[in-house]
Amino acid sequence: MEEITNNHKSIIIELDKEEYAIPVEVVGAIERMQFITRVPKTATFVKGVINLRGVVTPIIDLRERFGMESIEQTESTRIIIIHMESNDVGFIVDAAYDVLDIPEDAIEPAPKVIGTIDADYIGGVAKVDKRLIMFLELEKVLSQESYRAATLGQEG
Amino acid sequence: MENNEYLEVFIEESKEHIQSLNNQLLVLENEPENMDTIGEIFRSAHTLKGMSATMGYKDLADLTHNMENVLDAARNDQVKITSEIIDMIFQAVDQLEGMVLDIVEGGDGASDVQELVQTLQTIENNQDIENLNESTMAADNEPKPANNEQVYFNQLDQFELAIIDQSKENGFENLEVKIKLNENCLLKAARVYMVFEVLEQIGEVIKADPTVQELEEENFDLQFHVLIVTKDSPEEVQQKILKVSEIEEVTVSMFKQDKNAQGDDNEQNIAENEQSTDGVKESPKSKNAEGKKKTGKGVTSKTIRVNIDRLDGLMNLFEELVIDRGRLEQISANLKNAELQETVERMTRISGDLQSIILNMRMVPIEQVFNRFPRMVRQLSKDLGKKIKLDIVGAETELDRTVIDEIGDPLVHLIRNALDHGIETPEKRQASGKKEEGDLLLEAYHSGNHVFIEISDDGAGINREKVLDKAISNHVITEEEAKQLTDKQVYQLIMSSGFSTADKISDVSGRGVGLDVVKNTIESLGGTITIESEEGKGSLFSIQLPLTLSIISVLLVEVEKEKYAVPLSSIIETAIISKSEILNAHNKKVIDFRGKVVPLIDLKNVFEVPTEGQGDELYSIVIIRKGDKMAGLVVDTFIGQQEIVLKSLGDYLGDVFAISGATILGDGQVALIVDTNTLIN
Repeated sequence: MEEITNNHKSIIIELDKEEYAIPVEVVGAIERMQFITRVPKTATFVKGVINLRGVVTPIIDLRERFGMESIEQTESTRIIIIHMESNDVGFIVDAAYDVLDIPEDAIEPAPKVIGTIDADYIGGVAKVDKRLIMFLELEKVLSQESYRAATLGQEG
Repeated sequence: MENNEYLEVFIEESKEHIQSLNNQLLVLENEPENMDTIGEIFRSAHTLKGMSATMGYKDLADLTHNMENVLDAARNDQVKITSEIIDMIFQAVDQLEGMVLDIVEGGDGASDVQELVQTLQTIENNQDIENLNESTMAADNEPKPANNEQVYFNQLDQFELAIIDQSKENGFENLEVKIKLNENCLLKAARVYMVFEVLEQIGEVIKADPTVQELEEENFDLQFHVLIVTKDSPEEVQQKILKVSEIEEVTVSMFKQDKNAQGDDNEQNIAENEQSTDGVKESPKSKNAEGKKKTGKGVTSKTIRVNIDRLDGLMNLFEELVIDRGRLEQISANLKNAELQETVERMTRISGDLQSIILNMRMVPIEQVFNRFPRMVRQLSKDLGKKIKLDIVGAETELDRTVIDEIGDPLVHLIRNALDHGIETPEKRQASGKKEEGDLLLEAYHSGNHVFIEISDDGAGINREKVLDKAISNHVITEEEAKQLTDKQVYQLIMSSGFSTADKISDVSGRGVGLDVVKNTIESLGGTITIESEEGKGSLFSIQLPLTLSIISVLLVEVEKEKYAVPLSSIIETAIISKSEILNAHNKKVIDFRGKVVPLIDLKNVFEVPTEGQGDELYSIVIIRKGDKMAGLVVDTFIGQQEIVLKSLGDYLGDVFAISGATILGDGQVALIVDTNTLIN
């Protein structure tokens, strides 16, 4: 998080009434919920794949990924498409809001335990106008190790 | 640099010629008296020489030139081809290859060729001092082109020179035509056009002076010169041009290159040398020249080199088209408009043809990979002191270009492995009652949607105990595990890293680090490798590779509410059977299918499809096969046959069990493609 720019442009998403930030540069698109083709024998948080303008894109339910209880989709449910090196992945989130500029000095390192999700996935916390916004560590969320572990755990 | 645009062509062609040299040398080794083969080798060497001189690679040209001299001497019965000479030429070819590779990597292709050049010269000299003298003398005395006639076209670029060289090779003549129009000629451009029309019928115009554009714009007086490559004689050419009216005069003469115009001394010497040798030996050469003409004609096919990226781009666009086609088909089926349906059907047919053309463009015979092996096996068997007979079957089998590019190295590893660890020394073979010469068979064939490449030898085979001991001592497996492994699993162990069972580690196949690389490469291509072996009898390494792979025919099936695609290539047929026909054998459901017991695989269970309600009395079954094994997939309904574009599930999901990829259907939904091969295992 040591950038020369003072502001972090981020897309704010909502998961279980808490707000998280994803850097705007990695977000490829925000899509409404659509039909997802289930892929068998994958981790439970992988909901399947969708056709995103000709590209088959895996979809991860972020609630399940972070061990939150899953809910029925609502009008505000969105799929956030993330470009990460070679991986294109979609996250199902409760809602997605507009872009927010978060000043660098508003960001603090993440405390050990925060909210309901594993602190490993949080890179920092920012307080903006009394809102508490957590920065997601996307590399960790999407790491192959955690995906494999989840897949194996399920098979065993 | 001007050279750059030709560099790629040069590299490709050099590789081809080096390959052809290798092939022909192998033939020559078996039939040292075969004049056709020597001629063939000579021509390859000669062309290579010309090309490299044109491109300014002096060492390359030097070496090929000396090689050519030896061959020429052999062609004229002045040198007898012995196995030493062949070895020497092989060495030279090796060095040539090294130099070309250097050029590929951006080097200047320079290399110390002196030693080889000298050896080659000795070969030539020893038995043919006279000839050498003659040719050097001739070269020295070669007069500069006579200046009594004005020489046009002394500023030929390298490309034009290359054409001239090549056309000579193929028995064409290079003629210089001087044409003078009638003074009263009104439409000069039209006459010029007619002359060119005539010229193009009898040959190919290489250069015109003034340029064609100037001629068309009538920017010339009355005369113009044309350099043409043709098979016709000067007289015939003259006659034909004179048929055009308003032509005053036509003079046709043989074209001679003005050596002064070429800065490259090397090129000059070589060309002169060649001319002089041509002159010295009339009789044997003319016979060869005739044969040359014939082969030249027979081999010529019109090809064009296209960068693979462009083909990929074409393929990607076409894939988009196929998806839209699927969508159109669906729309027209819904609308039931006769006219629309007709048009869509027509479009489907046309795009089907287009598809097979595009796919075929990307297919290359595996020969490209195979043809370097005879040479390699020959060398290795010499190095290892073994006698080996290599048989290649199915070299014409075609594979996608991208697969071809990757498969070479793994095959080299496997062949080296078979030669080094598989086939025994002649003494050992005799002791165990085998014939001295070991057999190595390299075979490629299509089966279903796959290409199989098999490497089998009749060598020592794999010693199960030895492999296990090694695996245990290397902590690859535990002793407990070892007892439970099947033979096949044991053999697979030799492809784990850091494994070697050869008592003597040689530099040929190394320490066994190669085989795990082989396995990785093949798996990254979507293929598999299996090993069969019988101790004392030999081993078989079988590689299974996907054929191509972007557009395939599938049967779409429905399981509950999910759609799956089963590749048509692995389907034998579909059947609907009633529940009562299902039998139980060893707790497995099987059916009797045309007298064969076929196990049933319920896709619902395999894919953990959420089920609702009870199954029907009738089962829809897709009978699939892998090799000679069969299985029946239980599905709910057959939707129909469709062409689909294979898409990857993406890196994030990696390999998913029994799913080989995904595709996008006409309605925009994603359907998964069933990997039937893993289901049958």
